[in-house]
Amino acid sequence: MSESPGKISVPCDVNGEAVTLRAYPFARLLDVLREELKLTGTKEGCGEGECGACSVLLDGELVNSCLVPAAQVEGANIQTVEGVADGERLHAVQQAMLESGGAQCGICTPGMVLAAVNLLRHTPDPTEADIREGLAGNLCRCTGYMKIFDAVIHACKK
Amino acid sequence: MRECDGGGRGIDRGDARCVKLAAIIVRSSRKGNKEDRQTNRMTLSTKDRLVGRPVPRKEGRAKVTGAARYVDDLVLPGMLHGVTVRSPFPRGRITGVHFGEGIPWDEFTVVTARDVPGHNYVALILNDQPYLADRVVNHAEEPVLLLAHADKYLLEEARRAVKIEAEPLPAVFDIEESLEPKEIIWGADNVFKTFLVEKGKVEEVWDRGDVVVVEGEYRTGAQEQLYIETNGVIAEVSPETGVTVRGSMQCPYYVHKALVKLFDLPEDKVRVIQTETGGGFGGKEEYPSMIAGHAALLAWKSGRPVKMVYDRAEDMVATTKRHPSRTRHRTAVTRGGKLVGMEIDFDIDGGAYATLSSVVLSRGTIHAAGPYNCPNVRIRSRAVATNVPPHGAFRGFGAPQSIFALERHLDKVAAAVGLTPEELRRRNFITKGETTATGQVIREDVDLPGLLDRAFELTDYQSKRERFARENEGARRKRGIGFATFMHGAGFTGSGEKYLQSIVGCEATAEGRVRVLAASTEIGQGTKTVFAQIAAEALGLDYETVEVVQPDTADVPNSGPTVASRTTMIVGKLVESAALQLRETLKGAGLISDSYTQSEWARACGEYTSRHGALRKHVQYQQPAEIEWDDERYRGDAYGAYAWAVYVAEVSVDTLTYEARVEDFVAVQEVGRVIHPVLAAGQIEGGVAQGIGWTLYENVVWRGGRMANGQMTNYIIPTSADIPPIRVHFFENPYAGGPGGAKGIGELPMDGPAPAILNAVEHATGHAFDFVPLTPEAVMDALEGETAGAAK
Ligand code: FES
Ligand code: FES
Repeated sequence: MSESPGKISVPCDVNGEAVTLRAYPFARLLDVLREELKLTGTKEGCGEGECGACSVLLDGELVNSCLVPAAQVEGANIQTVEGVADGERLHAVQQAMLESGGAQCGICTPGMVLAAVNLLRHTPDPTEADIREGLAGNLCRCTGYMKIFDAVIHACKK
Repeated sequence: MRECDGGGRGIDRGDARCVKLAAIIVRSSRKGNKEDRQTNRMTLSTKDRLVGRPVPRKEGRAKVTGAARYVDDLVLPGMLHGVTVRSPFPRGRITGVHFGEGIPWDEFTVVTARDVPGHNYVALILNDQPYLADRVVNHAEEPVLLLAHADKYLLEEARRAVKIEAEPLPAVFDIEESLEPKEIIWGADNVFKTFLVEKGKVEEVWDRGDVVVVEGEYRTGAQEQLYIETNGVIAEVSPETGVTVRGSMQCPYYVHKALVKLFDLPEDKVRVIQTETGGGFGGKEEYPSMIAGHAALLAWKSGRPVKMVYDRAEDMVATTKRHPSRTRHRTAVTRGGKLVGMEIDFDIDGGAYATLSSVVLSRGTIHAAGPYNCPNVRIRSRAVATNVPPHGAFRGFGAPQSIFALERHLDKVAAAVGLTPEELRRRNFITKGETTATGQVIREDVDLPGLLDRAFELTDYQSKRERFARENEGARRKRGIGFATFMHGAGFTGSGEKYLQSIVGCEATAEGRVRVLAASTEIGQGTKTVFAQIAAEALGLDYETVEVVQPDTADVPNSGPTVASRTTMIVGKLVESAALQLRETLKGAGLISDSYTQSEWARACGEYTSRHGALRKHVQYQQPAEIEWDDERYRGDAYGAYAWAVYVAEVSVDTLTYEARVEDFVAVQEVGRVIHPVLAAGQIEGGVAQGIGWTLYENVVWRGGRMANGQMTNYIIPTSADIPPIRVHFFENPYAGGPGGAKGIGELPMDGPAPAILNAVEHATGHAFDFVPLTPEAVMDALEGETAGAAK
């Protein structure tokens, strides 16, 4: 397919790999990850910054990738859910989500995993309030959050 | 009955730190629990290897790594995208369609009602809803025209460039206007369906000298399911294989039936495959038939695969929601607190087409008189038409609406005869041998007083009731505690299961692996795990050797829709029977004896398949002989089994911000047998959270028959900061008709939160609110009215 005019090159690092994205400057990072890089673990729940299903870590900060224009990630370090496990070995948060029943339908889970990873990175020993606060940008319609809290608690014990 | 803990307490309030909390998650022995736990262990037979245990989830790993593929993650070669052009009018006669300038229309596939190759209706119950409006529209957002193109962005521009022109017709927007009737918009009288349930002679009770009569009216609002994955499908059409649709759905065979009619094709020329589904809650029960049909029409006309995935706004404004309701109660109660007469009028707003409203109405009607023994009951109910998008299935299916009304009303009845809410209920709880409103004799042990005692003990209800009342005097934050007691029938109502005739298959491979074949979908609740537990338990095999096949109508028989809390109880029982038939077959062939090891089983399967070919057994649902139901008179055994529950909510109401919050929630229920404690508790917690949303946060704002707040920014569902600790407790009383003794649980938790919370709000504020959602604005109106009144 011929390249559409107006696309720009955006060098960045995704899950530890150097890549150069080809995208319109205002393309949403969410779409570029999903369509260009086929990293479909990042989900769209609302497209307006409300649900957190599209969460990724951008230079270590939790962001909603549906609100980030491609041009803005030049030189950035991006981590998506696909980059959380170490090969076959699940991250403690993933393992805990699995065991505690923190993922029901699973559509919020990639975002939730990244939010929890981010929370524990900044606050390794969180209080209840920290957990509630740290996950408040990620909506889950299935679990009522209890089992997700359980998972975070399990993960930080590990 | 024995009690088992919900597998997780969530977070207890207060100062607890993580490490301390973690200990609570392990199936802790809480006070008063120890004994039950010990009896557990003693009664544990070798049969309970898997049932009752939190085995690893079959569906788990791909979901936590991001590898699970939902429909929007799939791309087929040559695929186009599809969109729907919808009516901007609530009701009108279409006079023209205008295609705007500046769009290369010749590159687009366009489908209108004229293109439909078969029947232009969504086959369901009454078949009154068209796939594409032809000449008239009956609600805003009604589909009129479909467009497909390879470029999503251009497609969106094109959608906006199409103008539907119509001559508006008068519309009706709520139950009152429909019944008035302000305008006839459906049939002869705007009424989709009515039911009448009669027990005893209610007309004779009102004039009795010894009764007090209490009346009330209660309302509930619409609610959006708000699954985080929006509706979506991919369709392909070829002359050889026919129509194939993959997508997010609860009921593959509903979609199958609808596509057969839409294209007028033989059944084997339509194939429906469920993809990983990001939540349903009823919102993907009937609606997927619509979007699947649309995508398939575009695929058929363009000759290319077509993906159709709604964005959030479209999903919110155009797809189904919970039916708004109005319930009127008139109750006769003796001064001693015995219910002697209940007259209940229950009406729901069905929207513009009949869809599932009659069935929703049926469940709401049957649950309207609750778990009480009252000799004289009359329930009249109606589902009416309005010019809003059709309302549809949502967890609880009419029962949360009528239970809300009843459980609010009973607090009022209690006050009228000077009893506490619990004492009134205790004097009327149904017990074994007594009859429900439909005349169903309760044949199982029911211990509602026991559930109530336990719930009160867990919440310290009595002392809080007194303490809050004392402390609220002059406090800015008023606190309150309230509860609701209720039941929820599992499976289809009445003869529903008999008509469904569900079929499940089990297959043993030459290697001795067992494959479960059913159309019941995993939508987050853990269907695959539970079915594998049931089959492995029945056969005494390792859990890992059982696989549950992904629903695909080309491979799996029709085990019925994944709705009505029927998957574990009804379909699970069929899984158990089909699995047992595999064993009987191997035994009959002399290949295994009564006891066998995993490897003996595998050898036997290898032997059998090499001699006779595939080992596959199907079983079909047989209604138990004792279930009797009269469809005409709406009398008899409405459900094979009920789950019973007592939910307690503690709230605070801020008298400055007018915000009500749930501070603590306890859910105690008897559900037969718990198959998987973590999944079961997860169902309860998730349902309670949705119930809290419906009660306090989720307000569908209607403007001219259209949802005006179709965005997550202004339609608010609870976040992790809004949900209190939800403490789940199960009592077990195995039900012979369910696999391993299980009853259904999926919908139950939606019923209790709204009345429990508003009963608590009344305790906190002294205001009897009779509607949900209870927004801060509504609280303000009531509390300010009070101050204004006091100043006079
Ligand atoms: S999709 Fe980005 S926040 Fe919802
Ligand atoms: S698990 Fe379904 S939305 Fe969170």
